Amino acid sequence: MGSTNSTLLKIPNVEVLMQETGFSPAHIIRLHDRFKALDKEGRGHLCPQDFGAIKELAMNPIGDRIIGAFFSPGKETVDFDTFVKILAHFRPVDKDRPKELNSPEPINSRSNKLRFAFQLYDQDKDGKISRDELLQVLRAMLGMQVTEEQLESVADRTIQEADLDRDDAISFEEFRKSLEKINIDNLMSIRFLR
Amino acid sequence: MASSIYFCLLRTVFLVCFVNPLIQGLSGDVNLVNDRRHQLGNNLTGLPIVTFDWHHVQTPYLVIIWVFVAGLAKLLVIELNHHVINVIPESGLLIMMGFILGGIVWGADKAQTFKLFPPTFFFYLLPQIILDASYFMPNKLFFSNLGSILIYAIFGTCWNASTVGLSLWGCYEAGVMGNLDIGLLQFLLFGSLIAAVDPVAVIAVFEEVHVNEVLFILVFGESLLNDGVTVVLYNVFDAFVALGGPRIDAVEISKGIFSFVVVAFGGSFLGIVFAILLSLLTRCTKHIQIIEAGFIFVVGYLAYLTADMLSLSAILSVTFCGICCQKYVNANMDEKSVTTVRHAMKVLANGSETMIFVFLGVTAIDTEIWVWNTGFILLTLLFVFIYRIIGVFLLTWMLNKFRLVPIEFIDQVVMSYGGLRGAVAYGLAAMLDQDKIPEKNLILSTTLIVVYFTVILQGITMKPLVQWLKVKRAAHSDLKLIEKVNNRAFDHILAAVEDICGRIGDNWWTRGWNRFEENYISWLLMKPKARKNRDYLFSIFHKLNLEDAVNYVSEGERQGSLAFIRSDEAANVDFKKQFGSEFTDVMPDIMVDMSNYELGIETFSVTSIIKDTIPSVSLDIHGQDRKNAMDDVNAHHLLQQHLYSSRKHHRHKYSRSHFGINQSENEVQEIFQRTMRSRLESFKTAKMGVSPAKKITKHHKKELTHKMANGHPDGTGHLYGDEVDSAVGSETGAIRGTFLRDTYTVGAGIENPVVFPDMDSSTHNSLPWLMETDAVAPSQRAQWHLPWTPNRLRRLAPMRISTYSTDSFLMADLEEHEEKPQTDHE
Repeated sequence: MGSTNSTLLKIPNVEVLMQETGFSPAHIIRLHDRFKALDKEGRGHLCPQDFGAIKELAMNPIGDRIIGAFFSPGKETVDFDTFVKILAHFRPVDKDRPKELNSPEPINSRSNKLRFAFQLYDQDKDGKISRDELLQVLRAMLGMQVTEEQLESVADRTIQEADLDRDDAISFEEFRKSLEKINIDNLMSIRFLR
Repeated sequence: MASSIYFCLLRTVFLVCFVNPLIQGLSGDVNLVNDRRHQLGNNLTGLPIVTFDWHHVQTPYLVIIWVFVAGLAKLLVIELNHHVINVIPESGLLIMMGFILGGIVWGADKAQTFKLFPPTFFFYLLPQIILDASYFMPNKLFFSNLGSILIYAIFGTCWNASTVGLSLWGCYEAGVMGNLDIGLLQFLLFGSLIAAVDPVAVIAVFEEVHVNEVLFILVFGESLLNDGVTVVLYNVFDAFVALGGPRIDAVEISKGIFSFVVVAFGGSFLGIVFAILLSLLTRCTKHIQIIEAGFIFVVGYLAYLTADMLSLSAILSVTFCGICCQKYVNANMDEKSVTTVRHAMKVLANGSETMIFVFLGVTAIDTEIWVWNTGFILLTLLFVFIYRIIGVFLLTWMLNKFRLVPIEFIDQVVMSYGGLRGAVAYGLAAMLDQDKIPEKNLILSTTLIVVYFTVILQGITMKPLVQWLKVKRAAHSDLKLIEKVNNRAFDHILAAVEDICGRIGDNWWTRGWNRFEENYISWLLMKPKARKNRDYLFSIFHKLNLEDAVNYVSEGERQGSLAFIRSDEAANVDFKKQFGSEFTDVMPDIMVDMSNYELGIETFSVTSIIKDTIPSVSLDIHGQDRKNAMDDVNAHHLLQQHLYSSRKHHRHKYSRSHFGINQSENEVQEIFQRTMRSRLESFKTAKMGVSPAKKITKHHKKELTHKMANGHPDGTGHLYGDEVDSAVGSETGAIRGTFLRDTYTVGAGIENPVVFPDMDSSTHNSLPWLMETDAVAPSQRAQWHLPWTPNRLRRLAPMRISTYSTDSFLMADLEEHEEKPQTDHE
């Protein structure tokens, strides 16, 4: 795999990347290897087919959504920086991080994780999860036996529970509030990205 | 309850009335036992019409009677009250049943005529269990954890053996055990035979406690591989004991170490040789398909015996034979043979296991072997237990520094508690030479007690222990709908991101091996047809699936609603025809365009993908939360029932008694189909500029989706390649299939996967099936439910359309309609 330093040097902006994401050099290298492995044609960026090549994702009901999350609106490719930054959302939270008031919130902070999840629901990026968007997510996650009526009733009830300002949509704040009890740090962290 | 009492009575009656006289006949009356001819010669006064000739059939009869009785014992054990079953593991109950049986025989005969003789055990009962274990071994999981498994097997066993032996010797020297004619070497010998974790016992108990698969494979793999160490240690110390203390010097010790290398690697290598032989054989057995299933067992057994003959590790030999041959054998053999092998394997393994446990019980009822030495026995139990715990924690601590996914505390507890000893230890103890080891009976008794202790007591307490540990960590609270949905969504997200990160060694080494394997080894060992099928079939099927569905619909569109019933032009695809020809004949337009892209689905098994990411030790099937909803029962219930489970909730796959079909496999199939469909839909959209209907129409659509899928019972059935089965999880070989261009409208969400393909919006409203009527009688095919039954899934082993297709309905359809290959559907 080459020595650590030489591999690191090959990656552009690696210092900035490590700073922003908080990944250690070893992780950056690992992710870089993974990036290169996914990028079968060696173009230096990933396109949707490369993600599609990960067979397990096809077995994931919202796998395609997550793939979509890697691609910023309008862009059709993912470069290494974006790749790492998005994966940084899933780093376990640094419990010992000193509270610096001036520095921006780290990517893997709780609210950023929530925001990432929120964007998975909110496909049109209007800041709210509309009933239709919720329906789509539910449709993806529920078995085929569920009829449309049942689906819609579940979606209605879900919105009812979470929607506090009665606008028939879930805003980010309402989303965050509804997940207070849940330990996001555990649920959205991958241990080996520590 | 009544039936179990009935069985109980039946068996007792049977045993008392039938077996007893047989045994009496064995040892008793000479007259009854006379040879038929002898009788004829001596006492012949007239023509005997019927004679009773026990001696003539004695040996096979006894064997069969015991097999029969063991089977009945298992039946009885299963029929017992469920409370009992939940508390005491089946293996424990079987041992107790063995006690009873032993008692009966003892009562009749005053001597234990039926014991578990080591040769019987090692030659006739053990090989099939190991073969079963290795044949169904989840390969990918096994090899990715191989390092850890080896560490546990080698160092763990050595640690156990040495510490137990030395501690016992120390205590002996300290005088705790009284006077025994025993020395250090013999203690070490004892340590080596008691140290090994037993695969039979481990599986039996772990089946009751469902653990995550990493943990399972670690313990299971360790129990299989430690035989290499056990055999070596046992033989080395046995030889040392024979040589005597003074003659052991550095040379002998180094020879001992060297012999480990030879035995272990030799055994494995031999197993691999036999695996190659087996794969080559199955490659050529096209014309004797009726007996090709037998080859697996024959060659497997040969591997075992050959290794034993060469004093190599027989268990390792069989293990590697099974592990290496799985993939090729499953690909080469006819589907029915594969099914036969699977079922037969389970029957044999289950039967052997039952007999082993029953006989372990029977053997106990024998006054001759029991020697009681409180100190020795209690100390052994203590040391075995403690050193296992220490060993596991120590090794895990070291391993966690190197492992990608560390082994959690709760896993370590289960692993150390799950170090069960079983019949292998007993067999080794029974093989000791009485002359060289005067205290053989003591050792034997102790071994039996250790076995009973671990299997029965630890088996009983394993579940409560796990429950206690787990419950401490789980938080109980009633969740709202949104929380449940989000919880599940997060599980999925996490699973997806882990896959993107490539959590299982997707490194240069595995990729290199995969390439090598695909190019050279598969070329050698797999039938060419199987290789081709593996590569192309999936993607082809998939496109055909959609093609077919599209045609189905356009037919209906053109001819009105009744087209579904009476269409002559098949929306059928003649699979055979298409697969016989070059694949590019199929759907030329799409094929050509997509040929540059990989579909991204390599040969894989659905179940191999299902992994537990977060170690969760769960109890039985009902372990998932079943909480009732607070306010709206229906909504919560709905979520409960129908939310797709994420990887976290999937159980491990290897099981002695089932083929391990998870309900989740159906789910995964469904998810997979939907994803693939939606991807191809998006492709079609992008290509043809027709936007699919975004609206979620009424449930007719769902029905129709079912119809779409229903249209391909056979094809769906053959969707997944050789390894749907839990055992085989290798994913080699990229499929030069097809994929889609610009699948994802970037940044936007995914289109509704239930969206209907290629619908022209103008005809949208006129399509009969979209109206709220039941005007369309579902076609013959559409009436069947998605053919994803466990049995059907089981047939998926080789990816091919069988020439002996048993799909009556598909065949019926093909016969009714004209067969017309679908080329252009536009």
